[in-house]
Amino acid sequence: MKQFVSHSILTANTLSNIIFFCLSFGIKPYLAMKFFKAIAAIGITALLIWALETKFGDIPAIGVFLNPSTGFWQNAESKNIIAEKKLKLSGLQDEVVIKYDENRIPHIFAKNDHDLYYAQGYITASDRLWQMDIQTRSAAGRLSEIIGPKALDIDRYHRRMGMVYGAENGLKGIMADERTKVMVTAYTEGVNNYIKGLAPKDYPIEFKLLNYAPEEWKPINCVFLLKLMSETLAGGSDQFAMTNNLRKFGVAQVNDLFPDFPFHEDPIVPTGTKWNFKPLPIPKPSASYIAQMTEKIKTKEIVEGVGSNNWAVAGSKSATGFPILANDPHLNLTFPSIWYQIQLSSPTGNVNGVSLPGAPCVIIGYNQNISWGVTNVDADVLDWYQVKFKDKSKSEYWYNNKWNPVKKRIETIKILGAPDEIDTVYYTHHGPVVYETPAQKPKEYYENVPVGNALRWIAHDESNEFLCFYILNRGKNYTDYREALTHFTAPAQNFIFASNDNDIAITPNGKFPLKYNEQGKYIMNGSDPANDWQGWIPADQNPTVKNPSRGFVSSANQQSADRTYPYYINWRFEEYYRNRRINNKLTAMQKATVDSMRIMQMDNYSMLADDVLPALLKYADPTKFSDDQSKAFDIVKNWDKHYAANSTGASIFFNWWRNFYEMVWGDEFGGKDTYFKYPSYDRTEKLLLTEANSKWFDDVHTPAKESCADIVNRAYYKTIDDLVREHGKPGDKWQWGMVKQTFINHLANIPGMGEGAFFAGGTGGVINALRNNNGPSWRMVVQMGPVVKGYGVFPGGESGNPGSFYYNDMFNTWNNGKLNELLFLNSADEKSDRVKSTLSLVK
Amino acid sequence: MLFFIILILTFACGYFLPWWMVAVISFLAALIIGKTAGRSFFSGFAAIFIVWTVLALFKSMPNDNMLAKRVATMFMLPNWILLLLITALVGGLVGGMSALSGVLLKRAFIKDKTVKASS
Repeated sequence: MKQFVSHSILTANTLSNIIFFCLSFGIKPYLAMKFFKAIAAIGITALLIWALETKFGDIPAIGVFLNPSTGFWQNAESKNIIAEKKLKLSGLQDEVVIKYDENRIPHIFAKNDHDLYYAQGYITASDRLWQMDIQTRSAAGRLSEIIGPKALDIDRYHRRMGMVYGAENGLKGIMADERTKVMVTAYTEGVNNYIKGLAPKDYPIEFKLLNYAPEEWKPINCVFLLKLMSETLAGGSDQFAMTNNLRKFGVAQVNDLFPDFPFHEDPIVPTGTKWNFKPLPIPKPSASYIAQMTEKIKTKEIVEGVGSNNWAVAGSKSATGFPILANDPHLNLTFPSIWYQIQLSSPTGNVNGVSLPGAPCVIIGYNQNISWGVTNVDADVLDWYQVKFKDKSKSEYWYNNKWNPVKKRIETIKILGAPDEIDTVYYTHHGPVVYETPAQKPKEYYENVPVGNALRWIAHDESNEFLCFYILNRGKNYTDYREALTHFTAPAQNFIFASNDNDIAITPNGKFPLKYNEQGKYIMNGSDPANDWQGWIPADQNPTVKNPSRGFVSSANQQSADRTYPYYINWRFEEYYRNRRINNKLTAMQKATVDSMRIMQMDNYSMLADDVLPALLKYADPTKFSDDQSKAFDIVKNWDKHYAANSTGASIFFNWWRNFYEMVWGDEFGGKDTYFKYPSYDRTEKLLLTEANSKWFDDVHTPAKESCADIVNRAYYKTIDDLVREHGKPGDKWQWGMVKQTFINHLANIPGMGEGAFFAGGTGGVINALRNNNGPSWRMVVQMGPVVKGYGVFPGGESGNPGSFYYNDMFNTWNNGKLNELLFLNSADEKSDRVKSTLSLVK
Repeated sequence: MLFFIILILTFACGYFLPWWMVAVISFLAALIIGKTAGRSFFSGFAAIFIVWTVLALFKSMPNDNMLAKRVATMFMLPNWILLLLITALVGGLVGGMSALSGVLLKRAFIKDKTVKASS
């Protein structure tokens, strides 16, 4: 086609030559005119077709996208479902039966594990192919291939961060075990057989928009999904900011404002739990070395209250006498969702729950013996080391009192519409030097990455997380759960567990480096071997608790264990607000049911407000208030401390605290040129509640000396002024659901393909931690018992196709705080009127 | 006649061949049986306009036009009918121009009389 077009244009361009040719050979002028017309028409037509086949900037290729033969109209799925369908596929060993329920959730029944994961790959691809493609592209630093130079910074970052290096190592671990090798290989085969069967008209709509074709799936892509999770959950670091803090404020003040244990403590493993192991010797601290920072960069807003919840109550606390387990991981909410519901059944097991599109197994779920869930640990498994190169060639670096060779890794980035970029990344024994010079670092992002430092990151290590899920999917009891956990490296998770043997347990689990206290709180000297990770905390010595006397286990990303735990995992964790609320409710709860768990997952009560609102009210001086300020003061004074969607008090408190927090620390820690970390909410509470005369209340930018009361009132004035300016006089417009922005967009932010803004309660720091486009990405409650029953929902739908009726069919259920009863079929033959269609895959 | 030929052929291969086949079909059909430039253009335009409208509706109606509405929002169009109209216009333009090219090419090589006699 392209040849035909360029040929025609060429012809049109040489039109004058032809006319001259005709004239000189005595052809009559009117004949020449006919040639001219014909050639002009062909030229214009060719040009038109070329234009319709081409993508201009962000505008899709109009002809490719709009034509009804292969364009987007083909993605419009019919509401009429074919009840029975049979497909012949190569590579299968036996027949596979897939039952689809009313939400089009697949229940896969295979006769062996190979076919099971083959079918999982095939079926997941049929619903989520583009998501799988774009997520692995993003992780692998290959976005520029399809969207051009504007994705180059992100691609470079992922390459330089060692995502590909880590995925290659991860794959080695997976291929070394026969079970996971079969799993990943079969999954890959399934995805590829689905892709092979696609004609261009069948491509997901996003391929048509961006005008590219799906490519072959590779086993390493499954690993990229895990690396992406590691990046999201264990890829952050505040060492750079903390190092800057240390330089500006000194050791005493930093130790005071950034303590290793919080003001409010309520660890996951209950305080006082005895450790029944003999710990390894703890490494000696090295001579501390503080990196010299000279760059000018933006500060980063502290992200508060993001994380996940899980809990399990023992049979003694439940109505049925069997444990109940609940989990709601908080992640970015997008269409399609990060989760894909699936039931997987083969002779080795039958499991139900959610999977990650692109990775085999069920990640969070249950079978007829056990249930499990996860929240993030936030262990310090990512450290920065100062590197001293010998010279500009960067071929040697200083370590252990001698020069050591640097390994070079070449990263080739293909770019749409531009030549390839060849990038060299330098690796020390710690890992990649992410940015060697400030010039390499993008101005807008990655402000927490220090220049001239090597990265030691757990996600670079060989590991086999899939084996953990393989065993959990088939798990029968507590012993299997403990065995499974030894295979999980990163991102470390608080694995919660409940079984029909009436066991409940929780384990902050992953591969934790053996460190001296505070190792990695600040950037370290990379030439000193004493700063290296000194081995690992033995897996069976990770903090864990089984059947505690309080009758429940829980986590909300808070500190893993109390001060008696011998090892250092991190100096800071998520604050205690959500877990204190969870623990208060569970302590009081008797005869718990699935519904009491569901209601708890939607709980909006703010422990922060419970702690600090009385103090704020006490310092406020109503005698100086304007009309609006007085009216609002009455509202917030009588507020029930619930972040309900229709609450106006919530809007006032939220902004009041935020402004207070900003005014206390902003003058010292909000420097525009250097990247600092603000003290935590927890530390700010301590300041407000117990240190009213602290010097930190003084605004260093004013000659006056401000007191705590001054700042509280100033923050209140600003809060009310802002609310009046943005939402009018105190009233219905001030409802929390309107003031807070809650939305779900398409994964690529395509207008019209998301949910847009919606009215909802919740906020960071309450159990229902829904804020902006982040929050409960999957809510699950499992009632153990003779027949284990699961309930769950995620915001969105199974299909990734915006033209499907199953694209967002579960959104309203989720937004209304309801759960779907999950269909669990014991066999392919089990009759259920919830099964709407059957797909058979035959060899 | 030309109108029906293009209509039937493009409709028949609508869901099987690449979209630009409508250009090839219109071009060849007009090259063989096209008469005047104006009528050829109109035949190509109207045939593809109708075929694309029908093909799009075949897919869109059982979908309750849900996807069409989303895509209309994406293009910042007030409604999906306009999107359908634009789709049909694009197709019509390609069909019309291709048919015009076909008939003009023929007339460039064949004397006017022959053209009349053969039609």
